Amino acid sequence: MNSYDLIIVGAGIVGTACADYASEQGLRVAIVEPGTIGGGATAAAMGHLVAMDDDPAELALAHYSLQLWEAFTGVPQLEYSRCGTLWVAANEREYALIPTKIARLAAASIKAELIERERLYQLEPALAAGLAGGMLVAREAVIYPPAAARHFLDRALARGTVLHRSHATAINHTGLQLADHSLLSGPVLVATGCALPQLLPQLPMRARKGHLVITDRYPNLVHHQLLELGYADSAHGDADSSVAFNIQPRPTGQILIGSSREYGSTAADVSMATVTRMLQRCFRYLPALRQLQAVRIWTGFRPVSADGLPYLGRVPGQAEVWVAAGHEGLGVSTSLGSARLVIDQLLGRATAIDARPYDPARIAA
Amino acid sequence: MSAARLTIDINGHALEVAEGISVAAAIAILGLPFRRSVGGQWRAPLCGMGVCFECRVRIDGLAQQRACMTIVRAGMQVCTDD
Amino acid sequence: MTERYDIAVVGAGPAGLAAALAAATHGARVALIDAQAHAGGQVWRKDVAHGWPRRAQAAITQALHHPHVTWLAQTQVVHADPHSLLLESAVGAQRIDYAALVLANGARELLLPFPGWTLPGVTGAGALQALAKQGWPLQGRRVVIAGSGPLLLAAAATARRHGAHVLGIYEQADAANVQRFARSLWRWPQKAMQAALLRGQLAGIPYRCGSVVRTAHGDSALRAVTVESARGSERLDCDQLAVGYGLVPNTELAQSLGCRLRQQGVHASVEVDAMQRSSVAHIYAAGEQCGIGGRDSAWLEGSIAGHAAAGAPAAASLLRQQRHARAFAQALETHFALQPRVRTLAQPDTLICRCEDISLQALDGYSDARSAKLATRCGMGACQGRICGAALAELGRFPRSGTRPPLFPARLASLGDNLSDNHRESSV
Repeated sequence: MNSYDLIIVGAGIVGTACADYASEQGLRVAIVEPGTIGGGATAAAMGHLVAMDDDPAELALAHYSLQLWEAFTGVPQLEYSRCGTLWVAANEREYALIPTKIARLAAASIKAELIERERLYQLEPALAAGLAGGMLVAREAVIYPPAAARHFLDRALARGTVLHRSHATAINHTGLQLADHSLLSGPVLVATGCALPQLLPQLPMRARKGHLVITDRYPNLVHHQLLELGYADSAHGDADSSVAFNIQPRPTGQILIGSSREYGSTAADVSMATVTRMLQRCFRYLPALRQLQAVRIWTGFRPVSADGLPYLGRVPGQAEVWVAAGHEGLGVSTSLGSARLVIDQLLGRATAIDARPYDPARIAA
Repeated sequence: MSAARLTIDINGHALEVAEGISVAAAIAILGLPFRRSVGGQWRAPLCGMGVCFECRVRIDGLAQQRACMTIVRAGMQVCTDD
Repeated sequence: MTERYDIAVVGAGPAGLAAALAAATHGARVALIDAQAHAGGQVWRKDVAHGWPRRAQAAITQALHHPHVTWLAQTQVVHADPHSLLLESAVGAQRIDYAALVLANGARELLLPFPGWTLPGVTGAGALQALAKQGWPLQGRRVVIAGSGPLLLAAAATARRHGAHVLGIYEQADAANVQRFARSLWRWPQKAMQAALLRGQLAGIPYRCGSVVRTAHGDSALRAVTVESARGSERLDCDQLAVGYGLVPNTELAQSLGCRLRQQGVHASVEVDAMQRSSVAHIYAAGEQCGIGGRDSAWLEGSIAGHAAAGAPAAASLLRQQRHARAFAQALETHFALQPRVRTLAQPDTLICRCEDISLQALDGYSDARSAKLATRCGMGACQGRICGAALAELGRFPRSGTRPPLFPARLASLGDNLSDNHRESSV
């Protein structure tokens, strides 16, 4: 009776996406989550559906996932908004890099266009003077991540998936041990993000703290998700601490302001010093922010794998243990593709994109 | 107390009011609504002491300011929802 | 560029004024901070038409003109760190450093949802007083006062003084309890005198116990209310309804500094010892946020805290008086305890979260504030859950979730500008 085709640990965006797809494929699924559904990194995330072009494997996974997100554009509670991503070049040097980026995205079938200076200010009149131009990826969008996790879970539950409200304490040879002393038997898929090493210590995971600020409602101040082109340096660099201009118009009219990245901090406290640095960076690009009312500041932790790519696949040396974790800041964007990649492998099917770059065996021998 | 008067502008109407009153009071003197809620309902001050944020209006170009916490100043421009 | 003070006092009501004065008499440099334009807090709020009450006037003049006290009006604390506060005013933000901190930021009204409570024209009871004292027009307006506690009488008196036609005062507590409370007043002669004074000012206004406003009617503004009492239901046409069910301590600032709270019923207050010390070193708390006690105990606790913060012991007589004043709070709490029906006024479609327009039924199935917030947006708005959080706790749903910075909505410039050379790491 406590036997399943698949036991998923963690009901964040990745775990619930796995439960949704696995149950759709006819598997008898259990999902284990003691806390709020989508209450970890999922709740803290911006919910920007974006493809980053600097790593080909990541780009392939993002593109695959963004196509899958198209199936959810009409679900009201997801607040899907196709605002597009407008990458802003601060100077001629950054502007000169844009054609290369457009070509890389085009190679992955993602359409992006060069935005000249004049057009940049037509698109976003509130941007600071003196910027060089930008790159628009018009099909990209934003969603509300915890509602997406809840929606994926609800779909899975409607197909008979069982939600266990308990802590997973250990994986053993027959399945999963829970803190409430029950034992679930069947293959286990761990999707616990930063908490991964608690169950799978052989797969290293670092937590990269981020801060976000949300404002009161200011409709039509900005229209696109706006990022500085230097964002990738912040996101993919390995600096202990970095900030970047990254702001998002929520469908409510609120402005969501990021971003920061810090290693070494495990406390969820808001650091006003980091908030100040982050806001100063954003004021340089969007001075009008200065006058807006901030309603709330929060932090979250991005799960970072040993090499920055998620672990998606079978855990080496453990026949029936699988993993889907370590997406850093791209977990929402790539959740749907990640789910398919793992579940298709579990079902012994061919995957839609090359699964090898994400194989956990690359790390845990 | 002081009977001094000053003039402010609310939604384009010049209004002479007593010095020292709140913007919330000035709006109420004109009988104007304050703001629409996210669902479109009319709202006006509830707590009167800066806690509930129901009296938010635009003051001198700054949106989302609490009318109950702001004292009128000569020449002030106030804009309520319409 | 960062001002340094020996003692920062947050809140300039009776507790804060007393704390500032007591500390200043020992030579301490004091910053007295309040979000309002004038000192006095809610109970001693300046009336633009009538000024301050006499006793308040004396205390305020003395405190604000003391050479050691710096008065920071219309200044909101947006973030607090150990030994430093981030402040915002109309002119900009500043940081001040302090050696000791006295939290005296009072209480807010308990505003409970019922059908129609979102209509323009419906305010809290203390709220109507506050609005009227700042010029809100009441001349000739028909006002209904409802809710619970002696604050209703004060609100009615203020409304009448401002020309309102007060149709009635509707107290939820039953007559037996209210009479027992009135009979106990001899123990606090000042309160008894106040009550007698108020009775004089309220002559001719009906005072009905065991009554609640069940519904406020109107489409875009209040037109009438339905009052329910032992005699049945009654519809009253009116222009303004002032309804408040008591007070809730403002604990957010103390909480953000890590001060231990104690649960009193469904609401929390700041835990202090006899010297008004909180659980955190160098942080004191006084007045309503330590539990609703009224003006007199606030003043006494402020004095005790001010002396203690300045390193001087408070006189034994002060401590004795404070205990006596606190006993009054206990009497209030006992006799004006909320009747169960007050918690059943909200209907499934009644909006609970006014910032985000979330109804009571939308919250069905959630057992904690965070899950409800993530799923419905309840508590995500500008009031940061202050109104709906207290209401949902009172309705027996769930307590408000932990607070997040800033303490109040603040300009991004206040949070983003470098206000000191040495950046501080801060805690939530």
